[in-house]
Amino acid sequence: MSDPMQEIRASFFIECEELLEGLFDALQAMADGTADSETINVAFRAVHSIKGGAGAFALDDLVAFAHHFETAMDDLRSSRINADDALIGLFFRCGDTLSDLVRAARDETPPDPDLISPIAEELRCVIARTEASADLPTEPAVSFKPMSLDLGGLGDLEDLHNVGEQDQPVDKDAVTLPLDESRCLRIRFRPDLELYSSGNEPLFLLRALADLGPCDVALEFDAPADFDDACRPFARLSWTILVTTNVDIAAVSEIFEFVEGLCALEVSVVGQDAPVSQVPRQEVVAIQNPIKVDKALESPVDTVGVSEPIPLSPPTAKPPPPDQAGSADARPATESAPTVRVSLERIDRLVNLVGELVINQSMLSQSVLQAKLPSNSAIDTGLEEFLQLTRDIQESVMMIRAQPVKSLFQRMSRIVRETSSAVGKDVRLVTEGENTEIDKTAIERLADPLTHMIRNSVDHGLETVAGREAAGKTATGEIRLSASHRSGRVIIEISDDGAGINRERVLATAIKKGLVASDATLADGDIDQLLFLPGFSTAAEVSNLSGRGVGMDVVKSAITALGGKISITSTQGVGTNFSISLPLTLAVLDGMVIGVENETLVVPLTAIGETLTLAASDIRQLGANTSVVCVRDVFVPLLDLGFELGYRPVRANYENAIALLITQEDGRRAALVVDSIEDQRQVVIKGLQDSYGHVPGVAAATILGDGQIALILDPADLIANAKGQSRGAAMLKKAG
Amino acid sequence: MSNLSDSAKTQSSSPHLESELLSFRVGDHEYSVDIMSVREIRGWTRTTSLPHSPDYVRGVINLRGTVLPVIDLACRLGLEVVEPNDRNVIIVVDVTGRTLGLRVDAVSDILTLRLDQLQSPPDLAADEGHAFVQALTIIDDRMVRVLDLNAVLPGHEGVAA
Repeated sequence: MSDPMQEIRASFFIECEELLEGLFDALQAMADGTADSETINVAFRAVHSIKGGAGAFALDDLVAFAHHFETAMDDLRSSRINADDALIGLFFRCGDTLSDLVRAARDETPPDPDLISPIAEELRCVIARTEASADLPTEPAVSFKPMSLDLGGLGDLEDLHNVGEQDQPVDKDAVTLPLDESRCLRIRFRPDLELYSSGNEPLFLLRALADLGPCDVALEFDAPADFDDACRPFARLSWTILVTTNVDIAAVSEIFEFVEGLCALEVSVVGQDAPVSQVPRQEVVAIQNPIKVDKALESPVDTVGVSEPIPLSPPTAKPPPPDQAGSADARPATESAPTVRVSLERIDRLVNLVGELVINQSMLSQSVLQAKLPSNSAIDTGLEEFLQLTRDIQESVMMIRAQPVKSLFQRMSRIVRETSSAVGKDVRLVTEGENTEIDKTAIERLADPLTHMIRNSVDHGLETVAGREAAGKTATGEIRLSASHRSGRVIIEISDDGAGINRERVLATAIKKGLVASDATLADGDIDQLLFLPGFSTAAEVSNLSGRGVGMDVVKSAITALGGKISITSTQGVGTNFSISLPLTLAVLDGMVIGVENETLVVPLTAIGETLTLAASDIRQLGANTSVVCVRDVFVPLLDLGFELGYRPVRANYENAIALLITQEDGRRAALVVDSIEDQRQVVIKGLQDSYGHVPGVAAATILGDGQIALILDPADLIANAKGQSRGAAMLKKAG
Repeated sequence: MSNLSDSAKTQSSSPHLESELLSFRVGDHEYSVDIMSVREIRGWTRTTSLPHSPDYVRGVINLRGTVLPVIDLACRLGLEVVEPNDRNVIIVVDVTGRTLGLRVDAVSDILTLRLDQLQSPPDLAADEGHAFVQALTIIDDRMVRVLDLNAVLPGHEGVAA
């Protein structure tokens, strides 16, 4: 990252992600009908900022598309087109395309023109329609008069604070001139030195003005009174531009948006007495600062002697064409708390250090214990507080890694849009708990399984429109995606209001594929579980969306890899609900500490079904070295952990041995014989992969209170890799 | 530590073509590694053995919160393996971005050698330890081998076999 341009570029793309998120939020609000006048501005600003940034990097495709999108949105906010469902749908697709373009630009891959041109064409149609209708005579200049203002004699001058008043689009009526009327605007533009030194070029601004209409440009040069002054660099050029155009002043201000604060700008309608807008000189730093809004407000207001902005009642004549100045830095007050962008690497280092602290603290407790101090000594109390503090710190640090699932959900809403249009179903995605936070890694790794499940729900879960009508349901299917915290875990639920699982068909398919015996009688819940078996696909015909052989088993293993569990409930005719339960963080795990041959090991608690003390009568010899244990009339293969890990030869006698009954995700079970069970506790996961590589049967390592490393076992891997003689037994299916 | 004065002498003769080596004892042999790859030297601590690992991998230890694999150099070099005792040390080295512990009997010295004092090992030797030796040198009539750390890394089974 030595190239500064690369850094700027990288931060541009990060910003783009945020802007796109904001855009989709706004679009969603419009679709839900919860939009207010500010919503469209948010969306517009997002697209506009992307366009602006993309321009700086010469990303022409992106600029061109963003420009069309922006134009269409501009039409919407000036009420030239109506926000009907079709338009919102189009905007959503535009947003998708825009995301694609941003991603293509980021990865420096050429965008697919086949994907862009049809949607750009649609946009163009929308824009063209409005241009045609713009020719129709619109309302007379009634909106020019300030409305509902109670300012006494200052009525006309109220215009003055319009540019500053960016967050109150209502008073825009005051400056918005009828759109079809050409008029002459006088722009006085005097760049500050900073404008030049920050790499802006007045020529481009003048060219942009020229695009608005015929321009008459005059350059003025104020010669220094005293040439001794000339050794000091100073900006001495100013321009006066007379432009004949049909756009309003806000559109002009927009051109100068990027140099706001770097120049003195005055825009006035020729023939009007007072300048309509006056952007005062400001500190450069103020551009990023919301205080700027206030400054911009105050100065013009002061000039007319009004001490504070007067709240305006909404105009009644026509819906307010929202603020055109639309500068991206004017944020609504409701904007979320300030945030800091930190690289993941730094956070991980912090997480590691805190892990250290936790280990150190438990080592310290252990030595205090060994020192046999009186139980109420000051050290003891101090240690207690230290313990509390470490725990708090650990929790807070883990929260840093947590991110809201919102971005994930937004990706899913795109999947729903695409999938539903591909299969011709009408689907509405309802999301809940978007602000639920979960570990960043989990968010990334959930994207694929969730995509798959959403596609499944749209494709298989929901009935066709005809099917829904026949069942007396609304034509629009509903998929609900929700996230919530529940007893220290994050629950993500995907439910549809479709037909539910067709259990007869599932069972028939499973029998046909030899996954279950043909005479098996399974409970409903067990049949639902069949969906998670490898190689299972119920789709009567393989559509190009789902049913490509990678089925729910892949979803399940992805969830399991995250330390999560997935369950399914379905009611015939009412719908299906998938519930994913994930640990809050991937850095800590609940484990059972066990001892085998003087080694201490940790088994994830999620894998352990129960613990057993083996009785001689329960153990049956199966092969030369293979034993099974009878647990409630079911034979479960017995694996000696010490032998499987190569610590000792296989034991001859398992009587009174302690075993952990491991239940795997696919329902297979195995009993792991251990020497002792020592503790049940939370352990900090330390990767083994980076320092050594993969060890069969071992998932990771952790550091115990005494500073020793203990291995965290991966029971599924352990069972799959069980030594030759017991392998056959390990593969025993769970019977019944 | 008798040859500390010798190293000082060699240091003064040719300042630019020098390399500093950390020498240590493995069994009866004296080996050395480039001091720039050494991160620290630690006393022996009990290792946690890794299942299914080659026998020269002693296991892993906790190095201030990171999991550090430890290699028993005697075993890796095909020498006689003795059970570790408290006087053994673990030399923590960086090899091509990976951090690794080497269990050796004892650290003996820091040598400063001119590069022309190093000889390539003869091609003849067919014993197992030969593949790990990068260069040889004579100090006080003792032969000091310069270890090729890359060859010692676990995963270089081709070299080991």
